[in-house]
Amino acid sequence: MSSAMIELILRATLDTLYMVAVSGVVAALLGVPLGVLLYVTRPGQIMAHPHLNRVLGIATNIGRSIPFIILMVAIIPFTRMLVGTSIGTNAAVVPLTIAAIPFVARLVEGALNEISPGLVEAAQSMGATPWQIIGKVLLPEARGGIITGLTITVVTLVSYSAMAGAVGGGGLGDLGIRYGYNRFNPTVMLITVAILVVMVQGFQSLGDYLVRKSDRK
Amino acid sequence: MITLRNVSKTYYPKGRRRAGADSDPAAVVALSNVDLHVPQGSIHGVIGLSGAGKSTLIRCVNLLERPSGGSVCVDGQEMTRLSAAALNQARHRIGMIFQHFNLLTTRNVFDNVALPLELMGMKRAAIRERVLPLLELVGLDDKAHQYPAKLSGGQKQRVAIARALASEPKVLLCDEATSALDPQTTGSILALLRDINQRLGLTILLITHEMEVVKSICHRVSLISDGELVEEAEVGDFFTAPRTRLGREFLNDFLQLEPPKALIERLEETPGARTHPVVRLAFSGDAVATPLISRLARECGVDVSILQAKVESIQERTLGLMIAELLGPADKTRQAIDYLESHDLHVEVLGHVQRDD
Repeated sequence: MSSAMIELILRATLDTLYMVAVSGVVAALLGVPLGVLLYVTRPGQIMAHPHLNRVLGIATNIGRSIPFIILMVAIIPFTRMLVGTSIGTNAAVVPLTIAAIPFVARLVEGALNEISPGLVEAAQSMGATPWQIIGKVLLPEARGGIITGLTITVVTLVSYSAMAGAVGGGGLGDLGIRYGYNRFNPTVMLITVAILVVMVQGFQSLGDYLVRKSDRK
Repeated sequence: MITLRNVSKTYYPKGRRRAGADSDPAAVVALSNVDLHVPQGSIHGVIGLSGAGKSTLIRCVNLLERPSGGSVCVDGQEMTRLSAAALNQARHRIGMIFQHFNLLTTRNVFDNVALPLELMGMKRAAIRERVLPLLELVGLDDKAHQYPAKLSGGQKQRVAIARALASEPKVLLCDEATSALDPQTTGSILALLRDINQRLGLTILLITHEMEVVKSICHRVSLISDGELVEEAEVGDFFTAPRTRLGREFLNDFLQLEPPKALIERLEETPGARTHPVVRLAFSGDAVATPLISRLARECGVDVSILQAKVESIQERTLGLMIAELLGPADKTRQAIDYLESHDLHVEVLGHVQRDD
C-alpha cells in the first residue's frame, strides 16, 4: 500500500473521530437537558407541564423518525447558515448532531424512568426544590443509565458518520465507499471496516468502564 | 404538634378534575373528614388494612399529597396555605421514613445522611459535625463510607432514620417503616424509634398494619377504615377493649385468641333454657394479680372452664385475656358477669352454648 493511501486512511480516521466527537459532545450538551425536561414535565412529575411535554415529545419523535440520509440533505440551508458551508466535515457535523439530540434525549428519559419514584418522594419530604431534585437525585441516580445511553449514541454516530460522504464530509465510511467499493479496492475496504470495528470496540469498552465506575448497586 | 381537621382527599380520574366532584362516580375517596391530634412528644399510630387510606393520610401531613379539603397544622403552621418555598422550609422540620427506605444508591451512608443538610445549604464542615453524632445515635458510625447496596434492611432503615433526623425536625412521619423487615429487626428499629422519642422529645406519627408496632411503641392509636378514622384510644385501652368490630378483628388476629372452632359452630346469639355463656375477659392493672376465677367459684357458685388464656405486656401495662365458659344456672352466671365487671374487668359475651349434661 502506498504511503499516500496510508495518509488517506489516517486522514479519514481523524475526520471520523472529529465528526463523532464534536456531534457527540454537542448532542450530549443539548440532549441530556432535553431528556430531563421530557421526564420532569410529565404529568404528575416534579415540574409537570402536560402541554410542554406533549410538544417536546412530538418534536423529539419527528427528529427520530427522519432517516439520516434524508435529514442530512433536507437541512442543508440550515447547515449553511450555521457553519457557512454545506460541504465538508463541519457540514456533516450539523446533521449528525441534529439526529443525535432526540436520540440522546429519549435514552436519558428512559434512564430517569428507571429511578424509583420513592427517591423523589423522599427528597420532596426533605424540602428539596425541583432543581435540587434534578441536580442531587435524578442526575446522579441515573448517571449509569445516562452513560450507557451516551455510549450507544457515540457508536450510532460512528455508523451514521459513514453517510457523511453524501455531503462531502469525508471520514472512514466515505473512504471505504469511494476507494473500496467504487474502485474495487478490497484492501482499503477491509482496513476501513477494521478501523471502524476497533473504534466501536474502544468506545464501548470506555463506556462500560465508566458505567462500572459509577454503579453502586 | 400535628392537628388534622376535617381532612379529605378525593382522587379524580384524569381530565375530570373537580368538575362535579361529588357526583363523579369514578372519583375515589381516599380520606373523608379525618380529625387527628397528636400532642408534642407522643407516638401516635394509625393502623388499618391495605387500601384503607393510611398512606394518603400520612402524606397529607407534609403535603406530599395535597388534601382536597380541611386543614393540616404542624407545629402551629397551617401547611395547606404555605407557598412552595415556605412549604419546603416547613418540611425541613418534618422528617419522614419509608417502607422501602428510599436511600440514594449513588451516595454512601454519610452522604445520604448529609443530603437534607445540603438541601438546606449548610456548609460541609457543619454538615460533618451534624452527621457523625447521628451515625453514632443509630449505631452505624463504622459504616459511614459504605454504599446502601452493601447494607441489610435494618441498617438501611437506620440510615434513613439518621437522614430524617439530620435537619433536627420536631416531627417524624413513619410510613410502614418496619413492614419490609423481619421481626427481630423490626424490634430493634422500634426500640430505636422509642429511644429517639424519649431522648429528643420527637413527636412521631406512624402508620402500620402491624399490631406489634402499635403495641410496642405507640401511646395512642387510631383505626382507619375506608378513609375514615373509626376509633381512637390509648393503646392500653385499645388492647383491653376495642370499641369497633374492626378493632376486635385486629386484636383477635394479633392475639390469636379465638374460641376453638368446634365451639364457635355451636355458639348461639341468644341464651336458651339450657345454655351457658361463653365470655371473653380482658383485665389489666390490679385485676391481673387478683385470683378472681377461684373467687368466682366460691362467691357466685359458678364454675369456670378456661378455653384460652394469655398474658401480654403492653408497654408498662400487663394485660390478661381469657376466653371461658361460665357453668351454672342462668341467674348465677348473670351475677358472675356483674361481679367481674365490678372488679374492672372487661367482659364480652361471645355467645351461648347448649349444656352437654
